[in-house]
Amino acid sequence: MSVKPLMSVRDLAVHFPLRGSLFGPKPVVKAVEGIDLDIAKGSFYGLVGESGSGKTTLGRALLRAVPITRGAINYDDGEAQYDLPSLSDKELKDYRKRAQLIFQDPYAALSPRMTVRDIIAEPLEVMGLTKSRQETDARVREIAAKCRLNLEHLRRFPHAFSGGQRQRISIARALVSGPQFIVADESVAALDVSIQADVLNLLKEIQEDMGLTFLFISHDLSVVAHVCDHVAVMYLGRLVETAPTRELFAAPRHPYTKALMSAIPSLDPDDRGKAQKLEGEIPSPTNPPPGCKFQTRCPFAIDICRKDEPKLESSGSEHNVACHRWRELMEEHALEDA
Amino acid sequence: MTRLLDVENLTLQFDTDEGRITAVDNVSFSLEAGEVMGLVGESGSGKSVTAKSLMKLNASNAHYSDDTKITLHLEDGPIDIMSLKNSKEMQVVRGGAISMIFQEPMASFAPAISIGDQMVEQLLIHTDMNSKKAKEVSIEMLDRVGISDASTRFKQFAFELSGGMRQRAMIAMALSTKPKLLIADEPTTALDVTIQAQVIDLMKDLVTEFGMGIIFITHDLGVIAQTADSVAVMYLGRVIEQGPVREVIRTPAHPYTQGLLAALPDLDNLDTPLKPIPGDIPSPLERPPGCVFNTRCPKVVGDVCSTVVPDFANMTEHHKAACHLYTQPQNGGSAK
Repeated sequence: MSVKPLMSVRDLAVHFPLRGSLFGPKPVVKAVEGIDLDIAKGSFYGLVGESGSGKTTLGRALLRAVPITRGAINYDDGEAQYDLPSLSDKELKDYRKRAQLIFQDPYAALSPRMTVRDIIAEPLEVMGLTKSRQETDARVREIAAKCRLNLEHLRRFPHAFSGGQRQRISIARALVSGPQFIVADESVAALDVSIQADVLNLLKEIQEDMGLTFLFISHDLSVVAHVCDHVAVMYLGRLVETAPTRELFAAPRHPYTKALMSAIPSLDPDDRGKAQKLEGEIPSPTNPPPGCKFQTRCPFAIDICRKDEPKLESSGSEHNVACHRWRELMEEHALEDA
Repeated sequence: MTRLLDVENLTLQFDTDEGRITAVDNVSFSLEAGEVMGLVGESGSGKSVTAKSLMKLNASNAHYSDDTKITLHLEDGPIDIMSLKNSKEMQVVRGGAISMIFQEPMASFAPAISIGDQMVEQLLIHTDMNSKKAKEVSIEMLDRVGISDASTRFKQFAFELSGGMRQRAMIAMALSTKPKLLIADEPTTALDVTIQAQVIDLMKDLVTEFGMGIIFITHDLGVIAQTADSVAVMYLGRVIEQGPVREVIRTPAHPYTQGLLAALPDLDNLDTPLKPIPGDIPSPLERPPGCVFNTRCPKVVGDVCSTVVPDFANMTEHHKAACHLYTQPQNGGSAK
């Protein structure tokens, strides 16, 4: 794609200070470190990782909802352009109209004391986007219809709704200000499977209709495989692999991505025990291992992996991987298959 | 095979401010020793409440129907669980013959008592070990579930352990009394996939080693496919389909089970769009009459679905489904 990306991230780092001793250097948690990422306009970009991988922090950094320690984030939707780390308060307010967040838990994200209409209308009022109550109401109705909410329900309170309906209310609230970029952070994780598919289809439909760009954060690879066109895999604050979805699932290159895929419980009862299992757990981000962050659990780790941290390198068009040994492992794999 | 558990006509209602609601409706199943039974359903389907009934752990506003009968077959003879009155009588069952693993291990361990003290305490209650022996057994169990440096971990508190480690400690604790029946309520739901795979492997090893029966509650059909021998699918308090795991997953008979499987994202088939089950799960206060699934069912055969509760029809010897597609003679063979 030669189009300028909507979101362009270079060497991004987000560090959180820890309470340390009075003397010596202040300890920090490197939640996100050295991220390079381009998100094309109109993309449904997936971000996958286990808990503690930094995917939520990265998502929030792109919304400027966490302080940015280092690096560049450029947003350009063709109409407006923002250099995220150096936004003034006024610019940040403007940026918020263009970039919004859909939360994970539809039970916690909606105020129980506001009617659905007020919940959806609040961003419009706060941002001063509408001039009259009629205009606000018209906009709320339009967006509610788009999210397949029953217009008669607008006067009710959130407690009267099921999880799937509540998530549709959250989506309507995020969309009402007419944003271009949406971060959906585990937006279907709290829903039952029969409802999850419905919300995913809705998100996809809205994205195509309104030409939006999504960053879809999830721990569930099979969900990401179905809705996203690009996927980035995170581990301990680093991107380990990014690729177009089909390419990633057809030929994963990083040992972590492979392990993650094979850990998904298969629906075939005769597949038992075939999965390639990872030993151990994700290390604490306060005390990450030297070299490649995955070396403590990687079955293929050698000396260089314990010393040097691999950079994300291109391995064919849009497929990037951060592993010292991916070429070697691919060849071995090809030999095994032959 | 020896029969371990019989549940007959389990019906359970709760008194709430908004009226009496039915959480479990006429559920029957049985379990052999060494069998892993999966209990699948979405939130509100009554799967956890069903499992808790086996130890009468439900809140005091619970009412069991008179014909509810739960029998646990132990070596010393059967125990009629419904007839156990107070917590003293329940002790044989709770933590003794039946252990339970919960979803959120952080919430299940007491935060201010070390892991070791909690493990020893239950051994002292349920076995005739002295505290020295109980400590030995506990450390051995921690080691057995793959916790390195078990004697140090024994002295630690729940907050000092990672999520996966806590769940392992929970399993060690539940198994140290050598229960005959283990109830695992969403034991891997709070864990990351790579850790989930480890815990599932561990549980499979332990079943083989200890030969107990397991009731594995989950909403994840993939986890069921990987662990269970048989499966019961619940919806709004009723079991709507049950049978051997291969038959239920490969040839689901009930439209709900079929919908549930179709709604799952499939990694081998990225081109098929996701198919949601239309509508929402009705509130337990508005249980539909007739078949509980009729409000969302794409295969309603007629008025009978919203008026008559369907009986179980046998698909094969052990595989049965409660659906009018199979109870109506004129529709018998024409299920689409």
